[in-house]
Amino acid sequence: MDLSYSDQEKAFRDEVRAFLEEKVTPDLRDKVRGKAELTKADMVGWHATLNERGWLAPNWPKKFGGAEWNAVQKHIFEEESALASSPRIVPFGLGMLAPVLQKFGSQEQNDYWLPRILSGADWWCQGYSEPGAGSDLASLKTTAIKNDAGTHYVVNGQKTWTTLGQHANMIFCLVRTDKDVKQQEGISFLLIDMDTPGIEVRPIILLDGTHEVNEVWFADVEVPVENLVGEENKGWTYAKYLLTHERTNIAGVGFSQAGLASVKRLARAEMSNGKPLIENPHFAARVAQVEIDLMAMATTNMRIVSKAAAGQAPGVESSMLKVKGTIIRQEINDLARRAAGVYAMPFASEAVEGANEALPDPLDAGPVAAKYFNNRKLSIFGGSNEIQRGIIAKVTMGS
Amino acid sequence: MNFDLTEERQMLQDSLRRFLRDRYDTATRNKILESDSGMSADIWAGLAELGVIGALFTEEQGGFGGKGFDIAVVFEELGRAGVVEPFLDTAILAGGLIADLGNADQQAHVEEIIAGSLQLAFAHGEPASRYDLTRVSSSAVEKGGDIVLNGRKAVVVNAEAADMLVVSARESGGQGDADGISLFLVPKDTKGLTIQGYALLAGGRAAEVTLDDVTVPASARLGAAGKASDAIEARIAAANVAQTAETLGAMETAVRLTKDYLGTRKQFGRPIGTFQALAHRFSDLLIEMEQARSAVILIAGNLEADRGTRERNVSATKNLIGRVGRLVGEESIQLHGGIAMTQEYELAHIAKRIVMADHRFGDVDHHLERFIALAAA
Repeated sequence: MDLSYSDQEKAFRDEVRAFLEEKVTPDLRDKVRGKAELTKADMVGWHATLNERGWLAPNWPKKFGGAEWNAVQKHIFEEESALASSPRIVPFGLGMLAPVLQKFGSQEQNDYWLPRILSGADWWCQGYSEPGAGSDLASLKTTAIKNDAGTHYVVNGQKTWTTLGQHANMIFCLVRTDKDVKQQEGISFLLIDMDTPGIEVRPIILLDGTHEVNEVWFADVEVPVENLVGEENKGWTYAKYLLTHERTNIAGVGFSQAGLASVKRLARAEMSNGKPLIENPHFAARVAQVEIDLMAMATTNMRIVSKAAAGQAPGVESSMLKVKGTIIRQEINDLARRAAGVYAMPFASEAVEGANEALPDPLDAGPVAAKYFNNRKLSIFGGSNEIQRGIIAKVTMGS
Repeated sequence: MNFDLTEERQMLQDSLRRFLRDRYDTATRNKILESDSGMSADIWAGLAELGVIGALFTEEQGGFGGKGFDIAVVFEELGRAGVVEPFLDTAILAGGLIADLGNADQQAHVEEIIAGSLQLAFAHGEPASRYDLTRVSSSAVEKGGDIVLNGRKAVVVNAEAADMLVVSARESGGQGDADGISLFLVPKDTKGLTIQGYALLAGGRAAEVTLDDVTVPASARLGAAGKASDAIEARIAAANVAQTAETLGAMETAVRLTKDYLGTRKQFGRPIGTFQALAHRFSDLLIEMEQARSAVILIAGNLEADRGTRERNVSATKNLIGRVGRLVGEESIQLHGGIAMTQEYELAHIAKRIVMADHRFGDVDHHLERFIALAAA
């Protein structure tokens, strides 16, 4: 047993750290820390920065233009990115669609779509959830029916919770192509151009005032049959494969470490009874408790990462990391809110880009309470924590 | 023992609930939230006419209530509907201090408050005071018979709309001393008073208030010089009755919405409330709601008690409501799923009211420490 990184891994970490130090500008860092929202231009810019360095696609095999990092390298990059308050890559094309195409797509699809993902020519979003199909995703109702000529699918229905769909020009969707079989056996995986007539994107404003998700409506939308990925009615298999990719880095160790550092920063600035809040035994105990949990969780994460690096696919551990990781992240968001005291009350969305002036906040706390509310989503999306617990029990007890 | 409301309070509760059900639905409230002023003059006038503000003052002060249970009845209903209008700031805090400490001239304002024609704010907390009521560093200095005020006040709710501010400042003593704090009634247009306003996450508006050589006559002082501390503590106790009752009402709405959703939302072919994992968590909310209701009865029932008893119950209740509030806020969102994350769904606003209540008048930790200190004293 050896708890430290190898020399090679340390060298890689230093390389990543130096790169991030150079490329994450103070403006980007402040935005990531929550002072303002990242713009589309910021996200596109960071995508290009990483592409130029060849680090845009850590998961992809080299033959497709990826970095082909092992699990430890990916983990190091994630951790360093979080600690450097670096922007995150929008994962829908790179981390979610691409692995599906590489495993199940045709040669033509890979040749056409993968370079466009790397170059940023396409911004992908995900069309999975529907108003009636959330945790029970297989009950989705959006239909795709082949026209008589066999050249197009005609798509009708509604998708929801489509993250950053307002920026996207492409969407990958799960659609129902057969109603007469078991739910999971009548689903197909379709690539749809958002500019096709009949598509409407409607914003959903979240409780913290942000616009990050959307509804996407489809009315007689014609999609060329070439845009079917793999075989018709095999979409559920591909979706499950994709979800395993969605759950890598699900523990969010780097986010939690960065969040905890930010809580401490805040608690050193906030005064309580004439002393910095960090010296208040009660508050210090709360911080310490989360830190202890996080140390253990980071190690759990490393154990699973090492296993994955050795080629063993994580199973039920992904679900465990998702549950524990989100509990810890949400606890840290709660601590940040507490630390800010009365200055958590201002609605800091006025601090988003385009606002006239910053909030009068001597702590420089930023929107800690808004973030606390926004991150309630962590235990809901990507398979809610209740669904994850169900998976853990089912797999372990074999019921 | 009798846990029933008196007939008068029952009538007030019924009429207030009816009024808000008819006139304060989600869409109306969300429009108010988006408005520049963050409040509705119509709602204010309507509720004043209904007697809501009068119920917050005693008969001697010109009202017809003013006891702990009067305050609790009113604010539970305001909380149930997610009302954002600053009744607490105008009537309980600033208005209450004027009624408690003012001379005959100053007390004449109470009639205007009850009629709904006067808006007030209490400018007390400062950037470094957090939840400590005696940490006042703003200064009040006599100069040629006048009083000159300097300092900065943090997150003053309703400051922009207020016609007058009740401002605390120190005339003697050191930063954390209870002795030496005075209160002054300052018209908003007084020279040297700067108000920088902003919206609050859970609705309504507040401001940073800067006092730069603000000069008022000595007659603007409320009560005796340097002796306002006890009155402030008592008013914050009343504010905590109002706010914990409001949170109780808001939590009842959250629990009702969650119950309805668990019964109607279907996944995997059945209502999600039939999954035991969710049903048990919902049951836990119901158990904690009973604790919360009892805690509000404790704080309201002890508002007129001696200082030691009163404050012990204030800190106990504020601590318990803060803990239950976080649980109910978070669990009601989680049991709903994504829908509760959306601005237009009623629960989003209600959950914000519930959780953010912990950031005023002392949070869970502050009141736990205070409860221990009071027991030791």
